[in-house]
Amino acid sequence: MSDTDARLHLHDGSDHAPGDEPASGHEIAEGLLGYIVGLFLAALITAVAFFLVGTSLVWRPSIPVALLVLAVAQMGVHLVFFLHITTGPDNYNNVLALAFGVLIVGLIIIGSLWIMANMNHNMMPTDMMHM
Amino acid sequence: MSFAARTTAVGLGGEGAAGAPSVPHELSELEEKRIIVGYGFWIFLLSDIIMFSSFFAAYAVLVDETAGGPSGRDLFHLDIVAFETAFLLMSSFACGVAIIGARAHRDAMYYGAMAVTALFGAGFLFLEIREFLGMIAAGAGPQRSAFASAFFTLVGCHGVHVTLGLMWLLTMMAQVFAKGYRPDIMRRLLCFALFWHTLDIIWVAIFTVVYLLGVVVV
Amino acid sequence: MLGKLTWADIPLDQPIPLIAGVAAFGIFGLVIVWVLLKGWGPYLWREWITSVDHKHIGTMYVFLAAVMLLRGFVDALMMRSQQALAFQSPGYLPPDHYNQIFSAHGTLMIFFVAMPFVIGLANIIVPLQLGVRDVAFPTLNSVSFWLTATGALLVNLSLVVGEFAKTGWLPFPPLSGITYSPGVGVDYYLWSLQISGVGTLLTGVNFVTTILKLHAPGMTYMRMPVFTWTVFASMLLIVAAFPVLTATLAMLILDRYLGFHFFTNEAGGNVMMFNNLIWIWGHPEVYILVLPAFGVFSEVFSTYSGKPLFGYRSMVAATMAICVLSFSVWLHHFFTMGAGPNVNAVFGIASMIIAVPTGVKVFNWIFTMYGGRVRYESPMYWGIGFIVTFIIAGMTGVLLAVPPADFLLHNSLFLVAHFHNVIIGAILFGAFAGYTYWFPKVFGFRLDERLGKAAFWCWFFGFYLAFGPLYVVGLMGMTRRMQHYDNPAWYPWLLVAMVGALVILAGILLQVAQLVVSIRNREQLRDTTGDPWDGRALEWSTSSPPPPFNFAVLPHVEGTDAYWLMKQRAIERGAPGPEPVYQDIEMPRNSATGFVCAFFAAFLGFALIWQIWWLAILAFVGAFATFVVFAWRDRTEYRIPAAEVARIDRENRASRRLALAQMEPAE
Repeated sequence: MSDTDARLHLHDGSDHAPGDEPASGHEIAEGLLGYIVGLFLAALITAVAFFLVGTSLVWRPSIPVALLVLAVAQMGVHLVFFLHITTGPDNYNNVLALAFGVLIVGLIIIGSLWIMANMNHNMMPTDMMHM
Repeated sequence: MSFAARTTAVGLGGEGAAGAPSVPHELSELEEKRIIVGYGFWIFLLSDIIMFSSFFAAYAVLVDETAGGPSGRDLFHLDIVAFETAFLLMSSFACGVAIIGARAHRDAMYYGAMAVTALFGAGFLFLEIREFLGMIAAGAGPQRSAFASAFFTLVGCHGVHVTLGLMWLLTMMAQVFAKGYRPDIMRRLLCFALFWHTLDIIWVAIFTVVYLLGVVVV
Repeated sequence: MLGKLTWADIPLDQPIPLIAGVAAFGIFGLVIVWVLLKGWGPYLWREWITSVDHKHIGTMYVFLAAVMLLRGFVDALMMRSQQALAFQSPGYLPPDHYNQIFSAHGTLMIFFVAMPFVIGLANIIVPLQLGVRDVAFPTLNSVSFWLTATGALLVNLSLVVGEFAKTGWLPFPPLSGITYSPGVGVDYYLWSLQISGVGTLLTGVNFVTTILKLHAPGMTYMRMPVFTWTVFASMLLIVAAFPVLTATLAMLILDRYLGFHFFTNEAGGNVMMFNNLIWIWGHPEVYILVLPAFGVFSEVFSTYSGKPLFGYRSMVAATMAICVLSFSVWLHHFFTMGAGPNVNAVFGIASMIIAVPTGVKVFNWIFTMYGGRVRYESPMYWGIGFIVTFIIAGMTGVLLAVPPADFLLHNSLFLVAHFHNVIIGAILFGAFAGYTYWFPKVFGFRLDERLGKAAFWCWFFGFYLAFGPLYVVGLMGMTRRMQHYDNPAWYPWLLVAMVGALVILAGILLQVAQLVVSIRNREQLRDTTGDPWDGRALEWSTSSPPPPFNFAVLPHVEGTDAYWLMKQRAIERGAPGPEPVYQDIEMPRNSATGFVCAFFAAFLGFALIWQIWWLAILAFVGAFATFVVFAWRDRTEYRIPAAEVARIDRENRASRRLALAQMEPAE
C-alpha cells in the first residue's frame, strides 16, 4: 500500500468538497434537520414570490425587484442548506469558484442586455421611431 | 474516475521528511479523492450555469419579440408552475435524504429516497411536457416567434438536464445495487446530488424570470 | 435511409477538392496500412490510443495540431495565390470554393491547430511542473483528446463528402441561417465544433481542478511556475467561455434544423445577438490561446538568461488581470454594428486597459534578460522574434480599439494583418518555442539547432513579407475575403504577400526537415541527463522521457524555480540527495473509453449533419453505453512494484551524478 502525504494546498483537513455533508460522523437526524429547514425556507420564499405576483398589498412597481431579491435569497438557501456551501475557511475554493461564475453570469446577462438594447434602439427603422 | 496515488515525498534534493510542515489532521487518500472529484464536478456545474446564462441572455433580449403572437402573459398558467416548483423542491429534498441514507449505508433510506426523488422529478417533467404540448397545440410552438424559440430553448434545456439526471439517478440506484456503497460510487453520488440541487437552483431563476416576471403586471 | 446524403455530394466534378481529398485521405489510409503491416498496431493501441498518461495525450494533441497546420497552411497558400492572380481576373478558385477555403482556414487554425497545440503543451508539462503524477481526471483527459480529433476529422471529411461552410470562421446569420446556407457546409462546422467543444470544456475542468488541488508538498500557489499560472488562467477562461459557444451554436442549430427564430429576420429574431454572444466567447478564446504562449516565453526567457523570471508576483497578477479583463472587451469586434458611442467608448477604453498588464509582461521578459548571461539557442530566437512582432501587433490592436479608427479598418486587411500578427507572433512563435524547448523532455533527444534557426528566420521574414503588405492595402481600403479585385494600387502589395507566404512555406519545410534529420541523428542529439538546457522548473528533474509515474517520490518544494534550488544544493554537495525510500506506485489503467466514445461521436456528428436519424440515435446510444461500461469497471489502477520504481529512478540518479560533475554553482 502506498503512504499518502496530503497534496492539497490546504492539506490539514481544512478543505471541503462542495456538496458534501459537513464533517463526517454526525447523526442522521442532524443532517435531516438541515434539509428540513432548507425545504421550509425555500417553500416559504417560493410562496411569497407567487403571492406577490397577484397581490395589491405591495407597491406594484417594486415587485420585479422584490421577485429578483427573493430568487437570490432562495438560491442562497439552496446553496447553504442543500449544497452545504458556507463561508468557512474550508469552503474557500468552492466560494471563490462560485463567485467567479456569478461574475461571468452577470457580465454576460447585463452586458448583453445593455448592448442589445442600444443596438435595437439605434437600428430601429425610422418609420417606427416613436421614442 | 480513476486517479493516480502518490507516495511519501523525499525529494531528489534530499532534505528528508523533516521539511514537511506538521499537520493536525492528515487527509486519507479517499477523503482527498472525494474533494478532488467534488470540486471538479463543481467547476463543471459552474460551466453549465454559464451555458444557461447564455440562454437567459437570449431570452431576456427576445422576450418581447412575439411577432404578433401570444406572449408569456397569454400562455403561462402559474398554478401549473407552482406544482412544477413544488415537485422539484420536494425532489431536491428527497435527494438530500438519499445522500444521508447512502452515507449511513441504510438501504431502505437510500433506495426509498431515490425513488421519491425520481417520482417527483418525473412528475415535474410530465407537467412540463404537457405544458409544452399545450402551447404547441395553441399555435405557440417554438417556430411561432423569437420569444417562443427562446422560451422553449431555455426551459426545454432545463428539462433535458432533468431527463438526463433521471437517467443518471436510475444508473446510481443500479450501481449501488450491484456494487454496494463503494467509495467511487459514493463519489458519483456526491456528483449526482450536486447536479440535482443545481438544477433546482436554475429552476428558481427560471420560474422567477420567465414565469413570474412574464406574468406580473406592474 | 441516408438522410440528405446522395452520390452527388462527392465532388467528382470539382478537381481541386477531389484531388486534395483523395490525396489527404489516401495518405492517411496508406499510413494506417503501413503501421498495421509493420505490426505496430498493438503498441499504438496500448501506449497511445488507450493511454491516459498526460504526456502521451499531450503529444498526440501536438501531433494533431502539426498535421492540421499543414492543411490550414495549404488553404493559406491557395488564398494568397488566388489574390496574387485575381487582379482584373477571376483567378483559379471560383467564389464558392474560395469562400469555403477561407472559412476552413480560420476554423482549422483556431480550433484544430492553436487550441490543440496549447492544450498539448499544457498536458505534457503542467503535471510535471506541479510535481505530481498526472492530472486530476486522466480518463476524462483521453476523452477530451479523442473528441477534439473527431471534430478535426469531421471538418476534413467535408472536403470529400459535401462541402464546408462559406460563412467565414464565425458563421454570422442570416448568411449562416438555413435560407442562405441550405447546404451541409455550416452543419459540418456546427457539429464538429459542438463535439470538440465538449472535449475542450472537459479539459478546462480537468486542469482547473488539477492546478488548484494537486501539488507536490511545499508547492504553494505562489511557488508554481509561471507557465502553470498562465495555463490556469487559460483553463479558467475555457470553463467560463466555452459554454457560451456551445449555447450560441446550439441556437443556430435550432434555427437551421427546427425552424426556430433566434437569429432570423422574421418573427422577431435578432441577427445581431449572434454576434454579441459569439464574441463573448470569441474574445476570451484568443486569450485562452495566447496566455499559455506567454507562459512558454516566461520559461524560455528565464532558462536561457540563466536568471529567475523578473517580477514573479507582477507576472502572476498580470496574468490573472488579463484573465478577468478579457471578459470585458468583446464588443470591440463589432464597433461598427450600431451599439452607439456610449457603448463603444466603454468597450474601447476597456480594450486599451487590457494592454497594460500585457505590457507589464513584456517589460518583465526584457528585464529577465538584462544582467543575465543570455544563450541564443533557437527557443530564444523565437522569443526575441516574439517580443518584436508582438509589440507591433499589440500597437495595431490598440489602434483598432479606437472606435473611430475601427470604423475605417473593420473587416479590412488591416484587421486581418493585426490578428495574424498577434496569432503568429505570439501564439505560433510560442508554440514553436515550446516545441523546441520541451521536445527533448518528451522524446529524449534534441532537435537540430541549425535547421531550427533557419526555420525561424524564414518564418520571421516570411511573416513580415506576407502580412506587412496587408496592413498597407488595408489602409488603402481593401476589405477581407475578396475573391477578385480590380484596384491596381493593391496589386503589387499582394504579390509581395504571396512571396511572403512562400518564404513561410520554406520555413515549414525546414521544420519538417528538422524533425526528420533530428530523428536520424537522435543518438548524437540524445539528452542524457534530462536537463539539456540547465532548466529551472521541476520537469527538468525527471529523465527524458520521464517514467510513467513522473517522479519516483514526489519532490519537496521550497521555493519558486523549485528544481533550480535542488540543483544548487546538489552542486554544493557534489552529489544528488540521499536515495529515497521507494514504494509501490499505483497508476490509472489505460482505457479505450476516449477512443470508443469519439468513434461513436464521429458517427453521431456525421449522422446529424446529413440528417440520417436512425444512425444518430444508434451512435448516441453507443456513446452513452460506453460511459456506462466505463462506470462499471472494478479495477481502475495498476501497481508498479517498488523494485521497478527503484530501478528506473536509479538510472536517472546515475545520469544526474554524471552531469553534476560538469556543473558549476550559479553566481
